[in-house]
Amino acid sequence: MAEMKTAAYICAGCGLGDKLDIAQMEKIAQKEGKMQLVRRHDFLCSTEGVELIRKDIATEGVSHVVIAACSRRAKTEAFDFPTVAMSRANLREGVIWVVAEGEAHDEVRQEMANDYLRMGCAELKKMKLPEGNPNKAGNKRILVVGGGMAGMTAALESAETGYEVVLVEKAGQLGGWAARLWRRVPFKQPYDKPQETGAAQLAAKVSGHPKIRVHLNSTLAETSGAPGRFKVQIAQESGAVSEEEVGAIIQASGFSSYDPARLPELGGGLANVIDQAGLEDLASSANGAPIKRSDGREVKSVVFVQCAGQRDDTGTHLSYCSGHCCATSIKQAMYFKDANPDVDTVIMYTDLRVPGMGEDFYRSAQEKGVIFTKGKVAKVESATDGLKVNFRDLILDEDVAIETDLVVLATGQVPNSGVNIDLPDEDEGKAKQVSILNLNYRQGKDLPQLVHGLADSHFICFPYETRRTGIYAAGPVRRPMDMLQATEDAAGAALKAIQAVENADAGRAAHPRVGDLSYPIVRLEGCTQCKRCTVECPFGAIDEDERRFPVFNESRCRRCGTCMGACPVRVISFENYSVDTVGNQIKAVDIPDEFSERPRILILACENDAYPALDMAGLAHHVYSAFVRAIPVRCLGSVNAIWITDALNSGYDGVMMMGCKHGDNYQCHFVKGSELANYRMSKIDDTLKQLGLEVERVASYEVAITDNARVAALINDYVAKIVEIGMSPMKGFG
Amino acid sequence: MSDHNSQAVARYRNNFLKEVEERVEEGEWVKMCMQCGVCAGSCPFGAHWQHSPQKLFMMIRAGKREEVLTSDSMWMCTSCYNCVVRCPRQLPITHIMHGLASYAHRLGIAPKGQPTREFAKIFWDNLAKKGRVNELKLTLSLYFKDGLVSGIKTAMGMQSIGLGMVKAKRLNPMEIFGGHGLKDLKGFHAILAKAREIEDKRKGLT
Repeated sequence: MAEMKTAAYICAGCGLGDKLDIAQMEKIAQKEGKMQLVRRHDFLCSTEGVELIRKDIATEGVSHVVIAACSRRAKTEAFDFPTVAMSRANLREGVIWVVAEGEAHDEVRQEMANDYLRMGCAELKKMKLPEGNPNKAGNKRILVVGGGMAGMTAALESAETGYEVVLVEKAGQLGGWAARLWRRVPFKQPYDKPQETGAAQLAAKVSGHPKIRVHLNSTLAETSGAPGRFKVQIAQESGAVSEEEVGAIIQASGFSSYDPARLPELGGGLANVIDQAGLEDLASSANGAPIKRSDGREVKSVVFVQCAGQRDDTGTHLSYCSGHCCATSIKQAMYFKDANPDVDTVIMYTDLRVPGMGEDFYRSAQEKGVIFTKGKVAKVESATDGLKVNFRDLILDEDVAIETDLVVLATGQVPNSGVNIDLPDEDEGKAKQVSILNLNYRQGKDLPQLVHGLADSHFICFPYETRRTGIYAAGPVRRPMDMLQATEDAAGAALKAIQAVENADAGRAAHPRVGDLSYPIVRLEGCTQCKRCTVECPFGAIDEDERRFPVFNESRCRRCGTCMGACPVRVISFENYSVDTVGNQIKAVDIPDEFSERPRILILACENDAYPALDMAGLAHHVYSAFVRAIPVRCLGSVNAIWITDALNSGYDGVMMMGCKHGDNYQCHFVKGSELANYRMSKIDDTLKQLGLEVERVASYEVAITDNARVAALINDYVAKIVEIGMSPMKGFG
Repeated sequence: MSDHNSQAVARYRNNFLKEVEERVEEGEWVKMCMQCGVCAGSCPFGAHWQHSPQKLFMMIRAGKREEVLTSDSMWMCTSCYNCVVRCPRQLPITHIMHGLASYAHRLGIAPKGQPTREFAKIFWDNLAKKGRVNELKLTLSLYFKDGLVSGIKTAMGMQSIGLGMVKAKRLNPMEIFGGHGLKDLKGFHAILAKAREIEDKRKGLT
């Protein structure tokens, strides 16, 4: 961009003109904000108002624009000027809608609006128009890891959408678990009997598709690169290695069945005690005729033991529910009933869980005479010709036993998620695991896990996403699920992968800042090689070179700014978001003196949840104190400690940090950002003490997007507390 | 009567559920219970039952024949239909309770002296005799079911109500002598006999 020309546009619509002294603000923009052009308009987002700005950009050479009107989250279509850098001063949701009505508040309301305008001008001067990732790459091929139901579906969905697909499968044929099943749980109306799996047809379709290349008997020897330019070494069983270049990866590596041998109390290891997979084999070999045991005897009675080694609270086995096993046992009981209605089939459960349309399937099994017994199995032991199942009947509250020919253990799903990169290297568990992706990232070989070895993505808000950009998880590797859910997952992950390659090609960010053209810029000459950025980046975007300087892979970056918050020497920045853009805003606020009784409180609010909650507090007209000044941040993880010290040094009386919930049930859009911020802020007390300040002057809050009423209450409570503590002694030194 | 019981035991061996399905009114619904316990929670007499409907269904599935059929729980049902209205699986629980009670009675193993059962027996015998309920005789046989002394005591206690009803012509003292009945009493008894024959045949109680 040639020369910087700044302009401020102040809107007087939506009641702004009635509540605020716009003329005074025009002067502030000119004198204090040093804006070269200042204009007022009575209805800025109208066609006429927008045209005014457009004309200035075209004819006056305006390159930097402040819009002092509504929140940056409002009217984004109207105020869309892709060729200029832009900041927004939030006078509507942030000021006139939240400051109490009446003349008594006119002064503080005006002060608040003036400050937001000053902040907008200050931020603008440090902003640059983002130009997009300079290291973009446009390979649009999609790699699918795993050829089971999820993998095949993902491959087919991507190919049908027009993208080339490379599918890598460890086994000698496609199909995964699905190929081993005799029938599947019904997925179509009327949900009353087991249905054909369709795995063979799907496999044929995948193998025959002109856009899909299938590598059987193959694994990934190494994965390197970034979205749009991944390089994968595909190792065949024979030892041959071939290289493929792909733009995005879908990991559908599925699950392993929990080993029944680890359940000796449930008869694991005894003859005629099998798991659900074992029963599928028996059913397949019976081929619709009455099912026979491995010793050739026809099964006349069978007991299904649900939750075998699952939902275990002793810490020995799986602690979670795999979700599919109740329906699977119902299906398998029907194998027996459909071949011979006189076979005794007992499903022993503690809670029957049949998600989806499973309730119809359950009812259908009851109609067929499958017996459902609510009981907890204590021990399975050998008996003459069969087995004895000792259990506690949970309805009748007594210990009883039944004899049976066959016992089927409903064991759970263990995700095939590769190496747990968070375990220390010497951990035995880590050594035993075989990596799936073999990433050459410095952060580890596989996808980071959240709990139970499942790949970390937000189950509800952003499924399929992982903490490695351009790599998506689908199927039971992400959470336990049945075949229908796995195929739905696959379609979702395919769409995500397509978005990823398209965004990488355009040099834009992926979820959640989709379309963001800014990227992290590092001033290496200032870097002290402390490695905090490489360690703390939630997405493993930063490698190290041989001199141990950070190497940013912009395409892997989600633009959260966690590296920027981490950097002690502040050498990391984005074109439109940096230590300076926020720091300048903090310094632009006019701080009244100690005796004014008008404290100033800085709010650093996460733009994903907390800032929208503040906006909605405005929308709902929840009144809060006019002493606060809110600045949106990309993520609390991007908050650099210098902002806090700067604010306190320049006389702010308090700092409120508002971010998303962290921990196992996190809501942080960048997964680890709010957690890191919380960790960093836990150490801020020492700094405060050094400054001779009360620890209450910096407070952290978890704010959800729905907290609009709460956020107003939080502000008012905090302001009351600050008033109680008294004004900061630091005023006038900044 | 107990013949029926031993025959049934021999016939169904361990499969009590099958016996209930074939022989108890609405018994084919028992397998559809999903053990949610809403019936047990809805029953206004629930606290007085030894086994709630939910438990009875579980016991049937668990093959506890003796315990179910000799239980007095299903005799406690007052037919309020609360459970039927609330059952998420729409089981006709009230009917199943009556079905179980009537089946146990038919086998001769229902609990002796159970008041509901005694009253039902008195009512049925009274009705079956003449095809009309003889209210005076029904009342008196109910009063005297536990013997002369308690009968006189109860009758004396109810004296004023009885006299009031006589005065209001709601009770005819002459009914004590035979009382009124159907015109074709023979035909009525033939119908009852045939009905029982059909039912026994259907249930396999020969």
